[in-house]
Parts: sequence; structure tokens; C-alpha cells
Amino acid sequence: MSMHIEQKLPSYRSESKAMGLDPMVINLGPSHPAMHGTIRIKAHLEGETIVFADVEMGYLHRGFEKTAEAKTWNQVVPYTDRLNYVSPIINNVGYALAVEKLIGIQVPERGQYVRLIMSEISRITDHLTCIGASAMELGAFTAFLYFIKSREYFWQLIEEVTGARLTISYTRVGGITSDLTPDFKERFAFCAAELEKAMAEVDGLLSRNRIFLDRMDGVGVMDRERSISYGFTGPLLRAAGVPYDVRKAFPYLVYDRLQFEVPTGSKGDNLDRYHVRMEEMRQSLSMVRQALQQMPEGPVNVADPRYVLPEKKEVYGNIEALMNHFKLLMPGHGIRPPQGEVYFPVEGGNGELGFWVISDGSDRPYRVRVRPPCFPLMAGVEEMILGEQVADLIPIFGAINMIAGELDR
Amino acid sequence: MTDPVLDDAVLTTQLDKVVAWGRKYSLFNYPFVTACCGMEFMASSASHYDTDRFGAIFPRFSPRQSDLLMVVGTINHKLAPALKRVYDQMCEPKWVVAFGVCATSGGFYQNYATVPGIDTIIPVDMYIPGCPPRPETIIDALVKLQARIQGLRQSLV
Amino acid sequence: MSESALYQRLAESLGLQGLQEEDLGTVKALVVPAASWSAAAQWLQQQGFAMLVELGAADYSKHPLPHPGRFAVAAHLMALPGFERACLKAYLPAESPALSSLCGLFAAANWYEREAWDMFGIDFKGHPELKRILMYEGFEGHPLRKDYPLGRMQPLIPMREAVDYELVRQAARRAEGGA
Repeated sequence: MSMHIEQKLPSYRSESKAMGLDPMVINLGPSHPAMHGTIRIKAHLEGETIVFADVEMGYLHRGFEKTAEAKTWNQVVPYTDRLNYVSPIINNVGYALAVEKLIGIQVPERGQYVRLIMSEISRITDHLTCIGASAMELGAFTAFLYFIKSREYFWQLIEEVTGARLTISYTRVGGITSDLTPDFKERFAFCAAELEKAMAEVDGLLSRNRIFLDRMDGVGVMDRERSISYGFTGPLLRAAGVPYDVRKAFPYLVYDRLQFEVPTGSKGDNLDRYHVRMEEMRQSLSMVRQALQQMPEGPVNVADPRYVLPEKKEVYGNIEALMNHFKLLMPGHGIRPPQGEVYFPVEGGNGELGFWVISDGSDRPYRVRVRPPCFPLMAGVEEMILGEQVADLIPIFGAINMIAGELDR
Repeated sequence: MTDPVLDDAVLTTQLDKVVAWGRKYSLFNYPFVTACCGMEFMASSASHYDTDRFGAIFPRFSPRQSDLLMVVGTINHKLAPALKRVYDQMCEPKWVVAFGVCATSGGFYQNYATVPGIDTIIPVDMYIPGCPPRPETIIDALVKLQARIQGLRQSLV
Repeated sequence: MSESALYQRLAESLGLQGLQEEDLGTVKALVVPAASWSAAAQWLQQQGFAMLVELGAADYSKHPLPHPGRFAVAAHLMALPGFERACLKAYLPAESPALSSLCGLFAAANWYEREAWDMFGIDFKGHPELKRILMYEGFEGHPLRKDYPLGRMQPLIPMREAVDYELVRQAARRAEGGA
């Protein structure tokens, strides 16, 4: 343990050791009230202070990586939905971009804009869920209800475009399932207005609230050097003062054509994380508005018959399209990327979501490795909660926004 | 309806109805939330689809204080002993809802890690299909469960 | 990208020759021999690559192309504030694959290496506590290896047969109809 942790521990620890007393072990078990995911934290307590913590994960390990080796390239997409299930489109887009990089194709411009718009809407729902659930765990149930109401509007919008609210499977290799609806701009304007109203209300309820500040300010501090050493990315690293955002550092899709800022904190505590997430939602709204203005007309899928299914009326109309359709769907045939490997990072709701995809030239992936953004975050939790009180464990855990689906895969 | 043979059973059936009415409209659920279905569970408890109007809003995160175990999301073999222990710690009368296809049958996860349906571990009263189920499906299942509770013989011990 | 120049200097300072590079799409990976794994990572850390972004493993035993070893471990590093990336890759033999741990250099390596051990059985020398992280104690085997079948479950509590109540009712009706 580094020096500053030793300094945080209470002074009576040496006295209790001298008396021969053991710390009390409590178990925040795999089934627990915090709404974020299933994890087990065994905390050793001296009085109310946590002196040692052991985080045990794996309670939602569903064998994504092994299952992906048994399915075809497009059949893996529904499994990627369930990785970070509060921002599913970002996972879909990350996987599709990795496979497309391997093949060497690029989706046409309109397709890239649509993927970007849906990714940012997904990021908004991710942050809404995180802040809402964290506020509820601190006792601010109203903030939760306001944000879930906003999230509901966005889910209805997503449902109009894709057909599902949560697990969407929106992208395919080479494109997306369906273009935006004709009235998307008006519907998005409505949802954005509702979100801004809700954010103003929650801001008024929380940001200068004495109780909220006391519980979040200076709690769960992880300074810059330790954050970097642990491999943090995303809102937690930005709250610690490092402006690393994959959308700016390694732009993908059309992020280099949009103007946006990367909100950065300074102290690396819970309050900074809250402010970073609120600001990121505003930036996402602005990005979607810019994208809707800049978006050209045109096709959304790559016009390559080796990877993208032909139009249905063509399939029913002429024999070439029918054969193309068969060749893409029959077992043993299908999409065949060339042999090779690719590592592709995208900016997920929690940080850098990377896909390391290995292809052996057949119609099934050889290996799909997911670099989960909250994996290093949960490793850092063991250090973050040392010296804090038991009641601070829940807000720290909530501010990390651990999603067990992507942590355990 | 009274049984023509045991005609003094009309008192116990009326008592059954009253007790069942009380039990079905005050379900305290234990949301054993693991995965994506938890998001739809939250959405159905929030203001848009409100389960509070059915009396089933209050989660009690202790098995001793709850009577409806909602297993929300995928259960894998590492978590199965915890689920069995929570179920065993609940007092009668208790009901179990398998929420989502992962809890019903394993969903589309048929591999070394996941339990193929929680009814291989604990008995289940209501299966809610969907991946994740829409809030309307959840409310439909809740109403059906309440009808089922109404129809059961209620023991008072 | 300027990774090739960086890798040249790395090879010179470690005294290695003839190192291959693999193209991973967004970054080029340098294949280092397993014996110089931690030396290479330490050299990169001294050059400013302070963050270990990812450490993953793969099993190439069923791949059609020949690879220098059955297992491979790839580590992605990043330098701040310029956000340059570098990637090291090491191939390991099929029999008792082992690599030296990076826990002393990066705090992130702890859990990543535990997962590689759990899923592939790759041993990391010098790791403080190499135990299972995704699977449970008592699980035998390493699931992501190609010779572990997808559906082999090792349940912790005995599973009962799910009862199809429709069949029970049909059997009861048949018995009643017959009686």
C-alpha cells in the first residue's frame, strides 16, 4: 500500500492491534441493494472505517468470449448488446468497427453519422442511469425518478428507430439494420428539451445541496498517478485530471468533424465524477445536434455484396440477389473476413472499450477479446475505499458505474 | 363457490379470500438483480410504468422481510449457491418470479458458465419471457401472479 | 505511425535482433521473446508509457496459420500526455506457458494477469496472488482454451430436472381416464 493510504487509516488501528482485536468482516454480497451490478466486496472494518477490501467479481460471467467463437460474425452482435447493457449501441458499434477494420471496408458517410448519433444517445442513457441510481442510493429518490423519466423518452426514441428499447443489436458488419425515422429531428428535439429540463431540476436539487456535497466531496479520491497506474479510462480518469477521450485521441466514425469539449475534473473524487458525467451529457446533446445538421443523404450500408444483405425486394425479384442472400446466410458460407487481427478502441460510457478480434478466415470469429472499461476501475476500488467509512462504499461504487455485464463478460 | 360436501368450509374460504387479498396487494419483492433485465425492472418501477399502483413497489433487500423473490437476469454457477441460500432464508408464503429468458431457461447463453434456468435450482411460480421483457409484460405477469395468489389456499401459520 | 522507430530503439537497448512486428489495425505490435517481457515493458515505462491499457491472451492452437507458440499475450501501453500507443506481444509454448508479471510496474496488471491465468492457464511469475477471478474455486480447467468444450458445466449445487407440468397433467388425466 502506498504512503498516502497509510496516512488515511485511523490512528487507533495500532491500538486495536495491540489489544489483539480483529477487524470485523462484512460482506456486500453478490446480491445487494446497490443497483449497479452483481459483485462481492468483502470489507474488513475497524469501527466504521474500512481497513482492507477484497473485491470478488465473476458473478455474471456468461462466457461471451467463448460463445463468440461458436457463432457467426453477425450472430455475435446480440451478445455484444449485453456487455454494457445501459449503453448497448456503443458496444455494437465498437464490435462492428473492429470487424470492418479487419475486412478493410468503411460504412458510407450517412451510416457513420447515424452510428454516431445513436452512440451518443446511448451514452446519454448510460449517464442518466448512473447518476440517477447513485442519487437514489444516497437517498435522493426524486433525482432518480426525473432521470428515469428522461431515459424513458430516449428509450422510446430508440425504439422508434431500431425496434427495441434496451438490447438493440443495431449494427451489422457493414452497416446498420435501419436508417433513422423521417421525424427523428423533431422527436429528438423533444427528448433533448425534456432532458435539459430534468438536468436543470436535478442540478438544482443536487449540485449545491449540503448533504450531497458532504457525502460526495472528497470521498473516494483516486489521484492522477494512481489512476494512471491502475489503467483507469473514461469519466474517472477525466475526473482525476487527464483529458483522455478515445473520441479525441483516436477519432473514429466522424468525431473529428464535430466540435466538442472533454470535461475534466481536478481532484478525482466523487463530486468531480458527477460533474464530469453531467457535462458529458450536455456535450453529447450538442454533438447529436451538430451531426443532425451535417448529415448527408445517401445509403447507410456498404454496397458490398460479400458482407451486406441485399434489399428484400431485390431478393424476391431477381436470382442474383437471391443467391447473394443465400451465400450470406447459409451455414458454412457467410461473411468471411481475411485472416488477421485487429484491436479497435471506442469510447464507451465508462471508458475505453476495446475489441481485439482475431479471424482465421472462416465465417466464425476465432477470438473476440473485450477490454472492459470497468475492469481496471473495480481493481482500483480496493484502494479507493480504504480509509473511508462503510456508508461511503455505496456512493463510491455508484460513481464508478460498474456494469457487471461488461466487467464479467 | 362452496364445496357441497363440507358446507362449514364457507367460513374458511371467505377467510382465505381476505387473507389472499391482503397478501396479493402488498407484495414485498426481493429483486435479485444481476443483469440487463434490471434496467427494465427499474423502468417498470419508475414513474412511467409504475408498479406502485399494484402494491408491489417496495423492495426489501432482506430475505426475511420479503415474500416475492424476483430473479432478474442471468444466474451463473458461481452465483447459484447465493440464490439458493436467499431462497431458503425466505419465510413462507413465498413466490418466485423468473424474470427474463435468462432466468427462465438460460436464454441464449448455453455454455459452461450459466445455469439453464433457475427452475433447476428453486421452484418457480411465474416465468416472464423477454430479453428484456417490456414493462407491460412485467405488469401483466404481476397481475397474473396476484390472480394466482388469490386462488391459492392460504395457510395462516 | 512512429511505433517502428520506437521499437527499433527498444530492440537496440535490450540487445535483441530480428524482432517481428504485427499489424493490429490501429497499432503495431512488437513480438518480443517471453524472456524479455518485463524488461521491454520497463523500458517503455521509462520512456513515458505510464498506462497499461490492456493485457489479453489468445490460444492459437486451432488457427490455420502457424504461429510461434500456442498461446500469446498482448499488452497495450499508452503514453501521456501525447496518447501514443505501443503494443507488446509474446508467444508462449503449449506446455506450462509462463511469463513474468508486470505487477511491480503497473497496478492494473494484477487483475489482467489473474484473468489470463483463469481463462488460459498462463502462469505469471512474481504475481502476488494468482487465483481465479471469473470462475470459482473448484472449477477445473481453463475455459477459453480451445480444448475446453463450450457446454461443459461444473455446477456448484446439484441441478434438478425441470418438471414439465403439462406432461404431469396429461399423465394424471390418462390415469384418471383409465381408472
